[in-house]
Amino acid sequence: MQYLLLIYGAEDDWIKMTEGERNAMFAEYRTYTDEIKQSGHYVGGNPLQPIHTATTVRVRSGNSSTTDGPFAETREQLGGYYLVEAKDLDEATGLAARIPGARIGSIEVRPVMPTGG
Amino acid sequence: MQSAAAIEAVFRSERARVLATTIRVTHGDFDLAEEAVQDAFAAAIARWPREGTPDEPRGWLISVARNKAIDVIRRRVKLREIVGADAVTRTDLEPAVDPAADPVAVADDRLRLIYTCCHPALATEVQIALTLRTLGGLTTEEIARAFLTSPVTMAQRLVRAKSKIRDAGIPYEVPEASQLPGRTGAVMAVVYLIFNEGYAATAGDAWIRRDLCREAIRLGRLVAELTGAPEARGLLALMLLHDSRRDARTDERGDVVLLEDQDRARWDHVQIAEALALVPDALRGGSGPYAVQAAIAALHASAPRAADTDWRQIAALFDELARRQPSPIVALNRAVAIAMWRGPEAGLALIDELAGALTDYHLWHAARADLLRRLGRCAEAAAAYRAALARVGSAPERRFLEGRLAEVEPT
Repeated sequence: MQYLLLIYGAEDDWIKMTEGERNAMFAEYRTYTDEIKQSGHYVGGNPLQPIHTATTVRVRSGNSSTTDGPFAETREQLGGYYLVEAKDLDEATGLAARIPGARIGSIEVRPVMPTGG
Repeated sequence: MQSAAAIEAVFRSERARVLATTIRVTHGDFDLAEEAVQDAFAAAIARWPREGTPDEPRGWLISVARNKAIDVIRRRVKLREIVGADAVTRTDLEPAVDPAADPVAVADDRLRLIYTCCHPALATEVQIALTLRTLGGLTTEEIARAFLTSPVTMAQRLVRAKSKIRDAGIPYEVPEASQLPGRTGAVMAVVYLIFNEGYAATAGDAWIRRDLCREAIRLGRLVAELTGAPEARGLLALMLLHDSRRDARTDERGDVVLLEDQDRARWDHVQIAEALALVPDALRGGSGPYAVQAAIAALHASAPRAADTDWRQIAALFDELARRQPSPIVALNRAVAIAMWRGPEAGLALIDELAGALTDYHLWHAARADLLRRLGRCAEAAAAYRAALARVGSAPERRFLEGRLAEVEPT
């Protein structure tokens, strides 16, 4: 089964880190990504640009509106994701718990809908 | 010839086991398994009166349920073909091997079921509903009545639970060793929540409440037996001891009878004996919170009269409990025990320290009131009883507090 691991974190926490702490975090992410590639779980993943770069598009009754910012203001913001292959939810949550951001933020684990379903 | 009642009895005792194995056979598909088990029971009702009850009713039901599941899957595959969807369906059930033939796997099936029902990815109220429905064999209506929700809401809750299990891939497995302590704790918490729902009797149908306590005790026995965990024995002992007083806790009018005033001849002494036998094992296994609470309840249960209660030991056990599970409620109960052991003044001092944490809790005010009453400080006692009355929830408790208020403030 495929799961999307959505990495949420308060950007304020990120800003408050020293450059050294941020670099340490990047290194942890690189290690984690390598590990799950080795173990065959990795399907994809990316960090995202900060929330101020977000733009939201809605089309209602044929009218398209484009606004600055995320779809909603939230305490924690989406900062990145991994798409993984896991045999069940326990394996997926195990992978999520190892994501460095899990220590300071929240990882949402969403099963991907099977195609043709 | 098998009577309908005898067949019903077989179903009641076998349903959970047959369902648990069938869920494994269908790779964790609760809905499919339930449908298959229903069909198997219908087949039994049709055939056993004619053919006689099989030597191994459980094995018969499991085999037939598996075949029914295959039928359902074939129907679904046909339907998909007709509709033109090319979804991948799991048509491969556990293959030719008779699922009931592997006793080790079958023995584990009920454990798989309990742990899956109490999986942390499910909300607590959902864990409770699913456990009662699949292991407890209560109907959706009975569960709804017990928890004061509508049957429609409860049915939806169960439907969403089963679809989450399927769609999110919650595995139908006994957790691996490293996860086991936490997961077993979750199972015990659910069982105890069910028991407390039945025991508290704050509202609702009295008959259902007694049924819940019985269900919880049954589940507690199952968990203790299947996991062998000492804390599970502690939980079972605790529930048995609380429940042993069911016929003495209220009087004919449904009013509260305090522990110290209860007719101990009306306690279930057979149940008490069973519980007392469990407590030493539970304590030896690490003295978890359930074991310690059971030990406290055991001291009450072994006192022939209220005056014989070993309050010093009880206070010591509360010290132990407060160390393991510090909470204002535990501290309050400890203060009450110390009051009984060393006198009301000592208890009052400890109770007053908890004012900040427990000011909204009616039992904190009631406990204060009781100690003030024992000290003859009637005006203060009356004020405390009033504060308790302002916060109390249940009618029987309200009547009790009003009675006490009238004692300290005769009009």
